[in-house]
Amino acid sequence: MSINAYLAVGLGSAMGSVLRYSVSLASMVMLGTHFPWGTLLVNVLGSCLIGWLAATASRAPHGKLAHWQPLLVAGFCGGFTTFSLFSLETLHLAQQGSMGLALLYGIGSLPLCVFSAWMGERLAFSHPPAA
Amino acid sequence: MGHGITSVLLVALGGALGGIGRFAISNAMAHALGKAFPWGTLCVNASGALLAGWLLGVYGVANTQSLWLFAVAGLLGGYTTVSSFSLQTLELWQRGQAIRAALNMVATLLLGIAMTALGWWLAQG
Repeated sequence: MSINAYLAVGLGSAMGSVLRYSVSLASMVMLGTHFPWGTLLVNVLGSCLIGWLAATASRAPHGKLAHWQPLLVAGFCGGFTTFSLFSLETLHLAQQGSMGLALLYGIGSLPLCVFSAWMGERLAFSHPPAA
Repeated sequence: MGHGITSVLLVALGGALGGIGRFAISNAMAHALGKAFPWGTLCVNASGALLAGWLLGVYGVANTQSLWLFAVAGLLGGYTTVSSFSLQTLELWQRGQAIRAALNMVATLLLGIAMTALGWWLAQG
């Protein structure tokens, strides 16, 4: 793995993390702090994007998108989505006594994200391949 | 929001370092254990959850502290990932390995919650 790939991943992850942080701040302002909407949103959107990117790149292995994989996939999507915050929030909901919400969030999130990746893939295949 | 720029830079720096760490560990695990099962992502997410739980136990929920921004929103947020997990689970499923896909989902969830709780518990001393 080249040093350039690592730099691209670092840059993409920094951008993804800042965007995730912005989404989580905005969601706290707009939707309150009772439920971790921000993290759920970034994880679902990031999963949809990675599904779309993987499917699009697989159809054009030498295209621009395939070239930008480290920046976009391992970098941006990886930094934008987060598992540690999801775990923290699930534990936090449980500790606050919101057992129902903790279970719903904990058990529902991951299948929803896999479904979202599948939707992203379907979206890529429903359009003609990009140049 | 006087510290807005500082906050963004702390998250960006942590996110960059976390992402590079995840990329290095995922590559090393794929090299060592093969690509039949996404061990790298599972390992990254479990270890990130342990650290996040420990930080929660030590510092509590403190969304604006510099350390929290750098370490949790940045470093651990960038280090752990759900997008790779989703794609890898979907790929297992589409390769006809439904049991491995389900195992990955259950293992990620249970290990993640257990490691976070363990980290939090360790911090209580």
